[in-house]
Amino acid sequence: MRSDRSTSAPLGLKVAAIGGLAFLHIPILLIFLYAFTTEEKSYQFPPPGLTLQWFAVTWNRPDVWAALTLSVKVATIATAIALVLGTLCAAAVSQTRFFGRETISLLVILPIALPGIITGIALRSAFSMADIPFSFWTIVLGHATFCIVVVYNNAVARFRRVSGSLIEASMDLGADGFQTFRHVILPNIGTALLAGGMLAFALSFDEVIVTTFTGGQQSTLPIWMLEELIRPRQRPVTNVVAMVVMLVTFLPILAAYYLTRDGDQIAGAGK
Amino acid sequence: MTAAVLFENVSRHFGTVKAVDAVDLEIAAGEFFAMLGPSGSGKTTCLRLMAGFEQPTGGHIEIFGETAEGVPPYRRSVNTVFQDYALFPHLSILDNVAYGLMVKGIGRQERHRAAEDALAMVKLPGYGQRRPGQLSGGQRQRVALARALVNKPKVLLLDEPLGALDLKLREQMQEELKSLQKSLGITFVFVTHDQGEALSMADRIAVFNDGKIQQLGTPEDIYQRPQTRFVADFVGSSNILSSAICARLGVPAAAASLRPEAIAIGTSWAEQLTLPGTVTARSFLGAVHRVSVDCDGEKIVVSSPAAMPLPDIGAEVQLAFSRNDLHLMEVA
Repeated sequence: MRSDRSTSAPLGLKVAAIGGLAFLHIPILLIFLYAFTTEEKSYQFPPPGLTLQWFAVTWNRPDVWAALTLSVKVATIATAIALVLGTLCAAAVSQTRFFGRETISLLVILPIALPGIITGIALRSAFSMADIPFSFWTIVLGHATFCIVVVYNNAVARFRRVSGSLIEASMDLGADGFQTFRHVILPNIGTALLAGGMLAFALSFDEVIVTTFTGGQQSTLPIWMLEELIRPRQRPVTNVVAMVVMLVTFLPILAAYYLTRDGDQIAGAGK
Repeated sequence: MTAAVLFENVSRHFGTVKAVDAVDLEIAAGEFFAMLGPSGSGKTTCLRLMAGFEQPTGGHIEIFGETAEGVPPYRRSVNTVFQDYALFPHLSILDNVAYGLMVKGIGRQERHRAAEDALAMVKLPGYGQRRPGQLSGGQRQRVALARALVNKPKVLLLDEPLGALDLKLREQMQEELKSLQKSLGITFVFVTHDQGEALSMADRIAVFNDGKIQQLGTPEDIYQRPQTRFVADFVGSSNILSSAICARLGVPAAAASLRPEAIAIGTSWAEQLTLPGTVTARSFLGAVHRVSVDCDGEKIVVSSPAAMPLPDIGAEVQLAFSRNDLHLMEVA
């Protein structure tokens, strides 16, 4: 019965696995814990007392709202740009053949392989040379460079499975380019786009390095948090924000995971 | 009467590859027309030129008298049954069949009723709510057929329609396609590499090789009077007799074709031609024996009914056949 799956793992392996998981997740629980502490200047353990007052304090801080609004705006617009350009690029690379196709494919993926600091410096010097003032829009452009990659990667994998004859069949049955996109291509790549878009949004939402280089006076939420940690006043506010951000970004990513999983089943059903 | 499909000197070159090269073709309305050839012979490219997925690099195409060059696939009254069926995996069977009507803007009730009728026509009534993934290959084939026919095309194109089916299903579908075509009166153009399929279904056959039509004619013409060595070889397995053997038989020609089943072993009437030879191999194929005979270094294959006595390997035999079965070819 060597293939018996219920065979128990050795004790050492169990301990190591539990230890690894604990190392990964206990710090996150600590973040949650200190959102409720009564001590506002340092993180002492155990917390001297528990309170809900920091939620009210956070709610009333205008700088939190400003940072949050900016982050949501940047992530939304960068994701929208990425969805359009990433999908078009994926369509071109997977559905047609042209000279330099492999090179283009590599160049599109490159920004995510580059360290953020390189992308940041490169963009900053390019913006200065072109005399573009640092603003909301330079942050959006900076974020779009890596958001496109996420959307592209998701879309290109799905496009490869949409056989070319589906598109030809649609045209053959009387659908023009737009109708074919709406009724055949979009339903088949929709979940991949949604997943790619959610990942792109989450990436943009917690981006620090590129934002530091391409931003002007604006602080996005992660940069605001970084600044808050240096100031030893009302520290639990940062924890409250961190907790909310985690819940808000975790749900879309979980949804993206389930969506692409279902998408595999749909795409596989035609085979 | 205008032709259903007209090709005038049509070429489709991909760089230096001449996929279709100066083809002239006229398919009559209501005809069941087969394009037969090995892979890479240009038959599928011709079909794609009719559908509009390819544009010719030269020549002129008409579909029912209307110029087809430059007209996109979605503005042609032509529908295609794809080799891999190309059913939309995200739609139900009913919505697959109704797709052509849906993009034309026909209301849901009306198009679903038409789709139900089309499904009944291909003997799949009540399958509308299933998904393509839940059907067998033969059923998907029928759905693809219904999806094309629901649009009432003037010409139906079929790309290797029976290629993926097993033998029994293929024979059944051959008969159904044939009777469907007769009852609908629509011009069917189908591409195949299976000569048996072409011979049994088509009214006329065009045999393709290297982007050109080698011969165009009725199945009887193609089978019994092949004009070139390629056609004789590809359609069935004709023997090609060299000029030397033709001279010995007293029929001067560059070459001649002779069907294996037209040859008898051993029997000889006065009016028949005979050739002496040595049996080199034999195999049992069910209804017939296939016997290879060596005549002066040339291999001649004989298809001998299983009921006839079978000569041993190495036996000296007389091959007898009628002069009428010997078809002379101008080129070797």
